[in-house]
Amino acid sequence: MTLVENSNTKAHEEAAGSFQRSPRFMNGEAFNSTFKWLSIGSALFILVILGGFFVSLTVGAWPALSKFGLSFIWTSTWNPVTEQFGALPAIAGTLITSGIAIIIAVPLAFAIAIYITQLAPRWLRHPLGIAIELLAAIPSIIYGMWGLFFFAPIFAEFIQAPVIDAFENVPFLSTIFAGPAIGIGMATAGIVLAIMILPFIASVMRDVIDTVPKRLKESGYAIGATDWEVTRAIIIPHCKTAMTGAIFLGLGRALGETMAVTFIIGNANRITAAIFAPGNTIASTIANEFQEAYSSIHSSSLIALGLLLFIITFIVLAVARMMLNRISS
Amino acid sequence: MNAVIRRRHFSNAFARVLIIAATILVVAMLIWICSVLIYEGFSAFKPTLFTEMTPPPGESGGLANAIVGSFLLVGVAMLFATPVGILAGTYLNEYGKGTWLASTIRFVNDVLLAKPSILAGLFIYEIIVAPMGSFSGWAGSAALAVIAIPVVVRTTEDMLNLVPNSMREAAYALGASRSKVILSVSYRAARVGMTTGILLSVARIAGETAPLLFTALNNQFWSTDMTSSIANLPVMIFQYAMNPYPDWQALAWAGALLITLTILALSIISRVVLRSANEQH
Repeated sequence: MTLVENSNTKAHEEAAGSFQRSPRFMNGEAFNSTFKWLSIGSALFILVILGGFFVSLTVGAWPALSKFGLSFIWTSTWNPVTEQFGALPAIAGTLITSGIAIIIAVPLAFAIAIYITQLAPRWLRHPLGIAIELLAAIPSIIYGMWGLFFFAPIFAEFIQAPVIDAFENVPFLSTIFAGPAIGIGMATAGIVLAIMILPFIASVMRDVIDTVPKRLKESGYAIGATDWEVTRAIIIPHCKTAMTGAIFLGLGRALGETMAVTFIIGNANRITAAIFAPGNTIASTIANEFQEAYSSIHSSSLIALGLLLFIITFIVLAVARMMLNRISS
Repeated sequence: MNAVIRRRHFSNAFARVLIIAATILVVAMLIWICSVLIYEGFSAFKPTLFTEMTPPPGESGGLANAIVGSFLLVGVAMLFATPVGILAGTYLNEYGKGTWLASTIRFVNDVLLAKPSILAGLFIYEIIVAPMGSFSGWAGSAALAVIAIPVVVRTTEDMLNLVPNSMREAAYALGASRSKVILSVSYRAARVGMTTGILLSVARIAGETAPLLFTALNNQFWSTDMTSSIANLPVMIFQYAMNPYPDWQALAWAGALLITLTILALSIISRVVLRSANEQH
């Protein structure tokens, strides 16, 4: 509509030049380049945000890094009273909980993606897709409350206690499946994390599976392959890289998830192989202690933890993106 | 031969059962979480939620100040995130398409999209809260904006990408300038999708707690002063849920239900809007 109005006015006389004139406060030429530079500026702002993350966290972490040096990463004491800070307990807790989450979430997410794209009756596909989206839309803090008040007690009674008893006399496993059966701890955090990252992995996997060319699948079925054989021999090999990307994307979420973990991990700054024991992740340590950090070295150490989390998640998410971009290009 | 076929069919059936069981398990979890939220939330639901202030320990009250605070924080954040996100998305699709700079920015934006939100809190703490010496609503909004911008950028770019090039070419052929083409053709054709993106980014930041912990903090009293700490639903839920007072826990559940319903409404609205727009074409 606007275009037509404009071209009716003086378009013929100014055929060679610009007839742009609707923003009256500026002539067309100036508006045109202002708009362009505003766009470029906003786009560069994205880079500024990323740079700002890195610079501000490094500056904030500097007192701690210069005091403890690189050994901050592998020191296992975290003691605000003696002002000794090392990141190892938090790093270990982050890796253990994210590891548990990935081990549980990946097969479930894969199963759901296969079910929605291959097996489910047509009428069920859309509602299932919405259910998965809903799972992704629930705020983290609600997973935390549900985990603490509803999941943890049931988990303690029906899973933790029997499992601890079952492995009591098995060497090695008795140190892994150990800890107080109180419901909260690293295993609980890992399971709740698994439910939280599952929808992200599943929806990316679903999109990836949809990119498998139909004739590849049909040629599989044509030679008499079963659903499972088509999945295993055609879909999985075709999507391997992108599916790994989806898993890394989920891992990136699990590593930095804060509120749900803070509710249920039990907050203990020690390293243990026992997955039922309370622990801490990088994010939950920051969330718990930052407001109460009165000494500057304490808050600086917490920011150093944040810097570590920034670097780890940046690498994981960048790898995920590279793997996922390969399929779209 | 028969044995081979039987084995193949068995493994197919076995995989099928496992896949269906996994799907049922996840849906059951979703139902469990939702029913807990609905039950606990509605038991604590009362009209005074919207009229009374958050109470001190042992007393009953409402969530009025937290609701208003949340609206304020999210509103100011979107006031900033919307233009920046739309313009950046415009650059990626209209100006920079195919350039090295645009693909770098797209890559960084995708990484920011999934970055832990607590880092946004630390970042804003370092550049706003620490220099100014106090927690503030501005800082809270800034942290939320940092999370919302990548969402807006992504959806804007995707939606502009759907606009057929022939429409742009038709406008150029009439002699329209670049900005004119973008404003009157690209934005017009993509406006429904772009609006959806903004709604979705509101849904994304409405429940964010971690970035507000060290920026907006919380406030027990009525306050719309953006220069000091301000009450907001997510942090209020966190603090009340972690406390033993039953009244506080009930309020936390009511707040949790309120936030989830808001997010749900936003996603349904954007879905409906997008679908009705698609049907018009």
